[in-house]
Parts: sequence; C-alpha cells; structure tokens
Amino acid sequence: MTQPYDVIIIGAGIVGSMVARFLSKFQLDILLIEKEIDVGMGTSSANSAAIHAGYDALPGTNKALTNVMGVDMWPQLSHELGIDYDRCGDYVVAVNDEDRLVLEELMERGQQNGVPGMEIISGEEMRQREPLLRADTVGALWAPTGGIGDPFGATIAAAENAVMNGVILKLNTAFDGFIMEGSQLKGVCTNQGDFECRWVVNAAGLYADDVMHKAGVRPEFKIRPRRGEYIILDKADFQLTNRTILFPTPSAKGKGILVASTLHGNVIVGPNANFVESKENKDVTDEGIQEIWSGGKKLVPAINRKHIIAQFAGLRATGNAPTPNPDIDYNQDFIIEIPEKIQGLVNLGGIESPGFTAAPAIAVRVIEMLEDAGEKLQEKPDWNPVRVPRPVFRHLSRDEQAALIAKDPAYGRIVCRCETVTEGEIRAEIHAPIPADTYDAIKRRTWLGTGRCQGGFDMPRVVEILSEELGIPSEAVTKKGKGSELLFRRTKDVDEDHLTMEDLL
Amino acid sequence: MKHNYDVIIIGSGPGGLAAAIAAKENQAEDVLIIERDIELGGILVQCIHNGFGLEIFDEDMPGPTYAQHFIEKAKGLGIDTLMDTMVLDITPDRKVYAINKRQGYVELFARSIVLAMGCRERTRAQIMLPGSRPAGVYTAGTAQRFVNVEGRMPGEKFVILGSGDIGMIMARRLTIEGARVERVLEIMPYLTGLTRNYVQCLLDYGITLQKQRTVNRIVGRDRVEAIEAVSVDESWNPIPGTMETIPCDSLLLSVGLIPENELSKKAGVLLDPVTNGPYVDDRFMTNVPGIFAAGNVVHVYDLVDWVTEAGTVAGKGAAAFAQAEKVKADEQIPLEAGENIRYVVPHKLTKANLAEELVRLQMRVITPIEERVLVTVEDQNGEVVAKKAEAYARPGEILSLAIKPKAFDAVQNAMKLTVNVRKR
Repeated sequence: MTQPYDVIIIGAGIVGSMVARFLSKFQLDILLIEKEIDVGMGTSSANSAAIHAGYDALPGTNKALTNVMGVDMWPQLSHELGIDYDRCGDYVVAVNDEDRLVLEELMERGQQNGVPGMEIISGEEMRQREPLLRADTVGALWAPTGGIGDPFGATIAAAENAVMNGVILKLNTAFDGFIMEGSQLKGVCTNQGDFECRWVVNAAGLYADDVMHKAGVRPEFKIRPRRGEYIILDKADFQLTNRTILFPTPSAKGKGILVASTLHGNVIVGPNANFVESKENKDVTDEGIQEIWSGGKKLVPAINRKHIIAQFAGLRATGNAPTPNPDIDYNQDFIIEIPEKIQGLVNLGGIESPGFTAAPAIAVRVIEMLEDAGEKLQEKPDWNPVRVPRPVFRHLSRDEQAALIAKDPAYGRIVCRCETVTEGEIRAEIHAPIPADTYDAIKRRTWLGTGRCQGGFDMPRVVEILSEELGIPSEAVTKKGKGSELLFRRTKDVDEDHLTMEDLL
Repeated sequence: MKHNYDVIIIGSGPGGLAAAIAAKENQAEDVLIIERDIELGGILVQCIHNGFGLEIFDEDMPGPTYAQHFIEKAKGLGIDTLMDTMVLDITPDRKVYAINKRQGYVELFARSIVLAMGCRERTRAQIMLPGSRPAGVYTAGTAQRFVNVEGRMPGEKFVILGSGDIGMIMARRLTIEGARVERVLEIMPYLTGLTRNYVQCLLDYGITLQKQRTVNRIVGRDRVEAIEAVSVDESWNPIPGTMETIPCDSLLLSVGLIPENELSKKAGVLLDPVTNGPYVDDRFMTNVPGIFAAGNVVHVYDLVDWVTEAGTVAGKGAAAFAQAEKVKADEQIPLEAGENIRYVVPHKLTKANLAEELVRLQMRVITPIEERVLVTVEDQNGEVVAKKAEAYARPGEILSLAIKPKAFDAVQNAMKLTVNVRKR
C-alpha cells in the first residue's frame, strides 16, 4: 500500500482526463488510472468530434446543462491546452415540411437551453451556403456556436496538462473493486495493487455501471453499449464547401447520420446507432456501412464510394438514468452525483453524446460537488493551465518548416506520406509527458497512418523508430498494447513446430 | 547543390530509372532523381523473387538485380540523386519543393518533370472489409517489406485475400520462411494475377486457392484470431450456408493497386477515372506541358519490363521538351477503349511520332475470353490500322500492341482510334 491519495479517478477518457486536469488546480494528490495502454482508447477514440451547440438535449437535463456550459468553455480551454477546435457553426437540414416543424422544435429547445444566435434559414439560403446539399433542401437550423473538435487531441492534452500539474497517471491499471469501511470508500483495488484515497471519481465510461455496482450504488443502472459506425473520405478527393457539420433532422434513434468536416481535413459520414451486447464490440458491419452510406448520401448526394479511405466504429455509453428533476420525463441522462448512501464516491455515468462537449463542464461540476460535500479546495500557487502543443509539420508555412528542420533534422524526414507526418513529430510524441509507446498511440497523436494508404507505407518505419526509441526489439512493438504485437520473429528463425523446407519437398 | 535541372524525375523505381537514363542519353544535361527511400530501385528493392527482365534482357532475374542494372547505368551517366527525400509539392510551372534531413527544405526548378511515384496498395477500408480492427491485417506489399527488407515475420498463420501477383508471391515467400498459408481467397471467378504466379507460387507449394470466395468478417480484439470466409454470387452477395471460420493470426490483402497521383493533382495534372493515372499522350506527357508520367503512376502494369519501356519513352519526351522541342498538341488524336476494353494507355497519339518509331498501346479487357482473340486498332471508319492475335484475353493480364511506323500513312487520316478485342 502506497501513500493515500486525495482523489483517484477511474478512467482516462475525455471525462476522466478533464476531471484530472481541472482538479490538478488544487492542492490534492491525484491518481488517474486507466485499464488500457493509453489514454482515450474507449468512447473518446471513436466519435463524431462534434462540439454540440446544445439544442438537442431536453431542457433541464444534465445533458442540456453541461452541454451548453461546456460549449462556452471550449474557446478558452482549447487555447490553454493547445487543442484544435473550430467554432464553425453547424446546421440541421430539413428536406420536407415535417422536418421543418422539427427545426422549430429544436430552435425552441435550444433557446430554452440558452443556445445563442440560432436562426432558421430558407432552403435556398442553405443551398447557397452548401451547394452540395440535396436539391430539395427546404430549410435549416443554423447554430453558430456548434463546432468541431479533436477528441484524441483533447483527451491527450487534458491528461498531459494534468500530469504536468502533478497528477499521477497509471496506465494498464484496471479497477477491480473498492476498499470500504462501512459506507466510506477508502481506496481502490487494481491489477497493479491497492491504492488508498479519500475520494474516487467514477469516470469509467462504458464500464461506469460495473464500477458503481461494486460500491453498491444504483444497482438498477445499466449501460448498454450503442455502436456507431463511421466512414472517412479522402481529403484529396472530397471536401465540403465550407468547414461545418450537417445534421439531418433528428429521429428517435438520435441525432442521425451527419456529414461533416474533420479538423484533420477529411469528410466524415456517420454514425448509425445500434445496441450491441459486448462493451468491446467495435466491429464494422456490412449492413452498418450500407446504412450510414445511404444516410450520408441522402443529405449530400455527391459523396462517392471511390473516395472512402477508412471505416471505424465506436461505442456510446448509453445509460438508463432518469433526470434528477422528477418533473422532467427523461431516462437516458448523464449521472453527475455524489450518491447519498456512500461516502467518498463521485459518480459519472451514462456519458454518451454530448459527452465530449460537456466534459469540461462535468469537471467543473465535480469541483462544485466536492466543495458542497465540505472539501476545502486550496488552489496551487504554481498551477499551469497552459500546455504548449508540439509542432505539427503539415500545419506550418514553408519558412517555418525550413526553420524546424534546421533546428532538428528529424523533421526533414517524412514517415507518413499521405498525412505528411515527420520522424521528428513521432520522436517528440514518444518522449512526451505521456509517452506514446504503441503504433495506435502515435497514430492518434500525429494522425499518421490515417490517410489513403492506411499505414501501408509508414508502419515498417514507425516500428523501427519505436523499437529504437524504446530500446525494445521490433517484435515487442505493439499496435495497441500487449497481445497486439505487429511482428512475430526474425525470418530464418523457424521453430520446430513450423514447416521446414524438408516438409515442403 | 544545383537548383535548376533540365529533367527532374520523382521516384527511382524502374520507370524513374529508365526515364532518367533516357533523358540523359537524349541530350538532357542536368538530370536529377528524387527518391524517398534510402536506396534506388523503388519497390524492386523488396521484390527478391524472380520473373523480371524476360522481355528486355531475355533473362529471368530477381527484382534487385534488374534494378541494379539500371542503377549502375544511371550512376555511369552522372545522373544526380537526392535520397531519403520527399517531394511535398509540384507546381504547374515546374517548381519542386522537397525535404530531407541533410539539406532541409529544398526548392528546385525543372524544365521538365517525370512523375514516377508508382502506385499504392488498396487497403481493407477501400474494399470495406467488415469486422474488428486488430493487429495482423496487412497489405501484401507491407508484409513483403517486413519479410524481405526488415527480416521480420508479420505472422505465422495467414489467410490471403486476393489472387493478385504480390499476394501469390507472398504466399510462397511466407511458406518458405516457415509460416502457414491457410488459404488464398479470390472474390472474382478468375485469377487476377498472372497464371505463371499461380503455378509457381500456389500450385507448387500446395496452397489452396478458392475463387468466388471472400472475407466476411475479421475476428480478434488485439490480434487477428480468425477470419470468416464466405462464397459469393456474381454480384458479390454472400451465399448462405457457405461460411467457414478459418483460425489465423494474419490477413494479407492483395486486392489491387492504385496509381499514386496526389502530387500530380497538386501540379494540375488531370486523371483518367478508369486508370486513376494521368491522361497522357504517346510521349507520356500529361495535360500540363512539361510534366510527364511513367510506369505504374499512369496505370498498373503487370510486367516491370513494360514499365522500363514506358520510362524510356517518357524520359526521351522529357529531354525533348526540356530542349524546347515542344510537341504540338493539334497533331494528336484520341485513343479510345472499344469493344471489351476497359482502358487503353496512352490516351492520345501524336501522329508525327509514328514516322520515326512504333507506339506501344497497353490495355485491359473487361471480361475474360478463353479462346483466340483479335485485338484491332480502328479509325473512325472502321479501317484497321494495327492488329494482333492472342490466344486468350483475361482482365488480369495486360494486352499489348504496337502501332508500327508502317501505319503512318493510314493514321494520318484518322480523327480518332478505337481498340477492340473480339473472338476470332
């Protein structure tokens, strides 16, 4: 048993990382544990990257409150943490009269939630703003505070800033259970040993229900993973006229299949929404791809199958928690609470969309709840809210690129040709405050391997760099942690179990 | 270092090497090859199998040996090289921007440019393979680099999807290195690579090829654990009851190659949506004056010898352009795909060029014909200006036909030429 922590946060997705970052402002000993080999590998690694304006959620729900508060925080937050973010605004597109009624409903909901600047525009006006939309577009809701973020970059930046400010991050550390004295939480047991603490923040995403059940809280709460599949188009082949998000009018299943720009320059189409049994089932399916393709095509007929360069799927942590206010009839709300029957637990659950947008607001709510619970939070005099981003070669001007190579020649070698990622960027990520030590960790940070050749060119080179920098044989380099090794052995090193030339002859 | 060149060649594979040599031998003084890897030779460096050089040298050699022949020749001619260097941008007025570790950011100018960037492999996403996304799914070329250049095995138990040449060659290569190739699956009802590779790489090693069968799902969270294979009908719909789970740790994809033209597009080069390569004339010049293209960047070849030949033509053209012998566009007529032809390269013919030498056409058929066929080149009136008999025609194998100088007169009245393949 080590020294007791003040706070242990379970889960280093966007929510856990933001909570860690905001709590790192105070004189607290904080431990952030993550079962995977990297931060942000769950729901945070596969979503629409939308910073929602806040007109979707039902007024008065936790979703609505944290969404609108979150969207207000993003401009300053992205600036402090060096995260890519574009408040480009978004549209909900109506294609018939029924849809148009929905726009008005959304507009009213948004106004109740406090979303500023919304406007319903005509189909003609909408088609002028985005001529690629279907010809029979009859109108659209324009929300200027909607935007696009980078969920990978944001999670990494928040966790990194937390670590810079003294938070201890333990990866590959899976929660097993709680240490309890009566109804008082005293710590957590993990596969890496037990850790004492005064507070536990449950930010376990898809597994938040399992975690709270171990403390005997909300036995009726259940997370049903709801899968969303996505398609990415080649940025060299297809672009929207202006960077934005185009939503169809929402249905009972959710916000619908959007067509949007990403900050990496591609167009993304998706997601669908289908419940799956397993919390690990991120399979892409044939039917799913058909479903989102026809959905995307309905909105933007010009998208072309030839331009598809990637598909992936993510899981939403869809819960069944009712909104705390009993007057509101809604039972898929975020749980943001300090449960009454247990002391020392902060419970965050069912954080599906708009979780990415809301994460910083949820973190602020956690601070408020701790203070309400009598925690005397003292600010650190030397807290540094700023995390300076590392250079991204492709975003620099020619002169800046030349200067960077002159300073460090490693930036003069392109390792990923499709996305123009240099060796210098890869080495910098391996030596960052949260070291990137797998292929996918480097991919999420630098965006290499995400382009039209999907890693075919860069992978052997990245394996070589990882092997060199980590001082491990290339056979030990993994895609995403133990069990995902990319290479098995040297050639000519045939075991007896395998075929020999004699067998062949 | 020099900054102004007569001819700059981007890529040092067989097309680029041949273009550099031809340019130099045709009076281009300053010729530069820019190569992103640390060795010359492009993909040939990792193609250690034989089968190269039969057409040009009448000799069967491995890829590196074939490349070495041209590398030595290029060195002997005093052709400059910039190694480990990536070209970031090309402009229509032929400025070339490139970076490397030694010189940093380099800005160059060329009187003419030969694009010889080759092609890339189609990925699992492009053929939309369903399932999970574990380690162990590789394109055949990436696996080939791991095995032949890095000396590492990317798996022990493979399923290979696609009967393309690299896939079959890797099936043999992996087997020799002690791995097991459980199956080669081909969604088409016919082989997509060369028949000789089927015989020498699969039959000779007892590796099973199943046609009209594909991967239905990839299984495994961290590493591939199995793939589900399924038979498909003519429209590629899975046939119920044909599913088989094949335990394996790797899936290799040999499902097609795509000419790599992202740089070309930056220079304003127009691409043919069928070949995915630039529209070229019979000197392999693109629509952008002074920018030529050679080899797999134009269309995907099946024999390296033809790439070398194309490189030679492009290099000559580039040298001539560099010397301001500008080809007149109004003397050109279109070459079009006719009956059962998917595409023809080149897309245009310069009539005057036939006076001096032959022009080689290459094309692929749409549907296989397993009996004697006649390939004809006809003008707008159906007059045959060139023809060739073949024993068969298959989509997996390129058809090649030369329009010889003797057709010079016949071509002078043509407004366009159409290529057809018909049963005899």
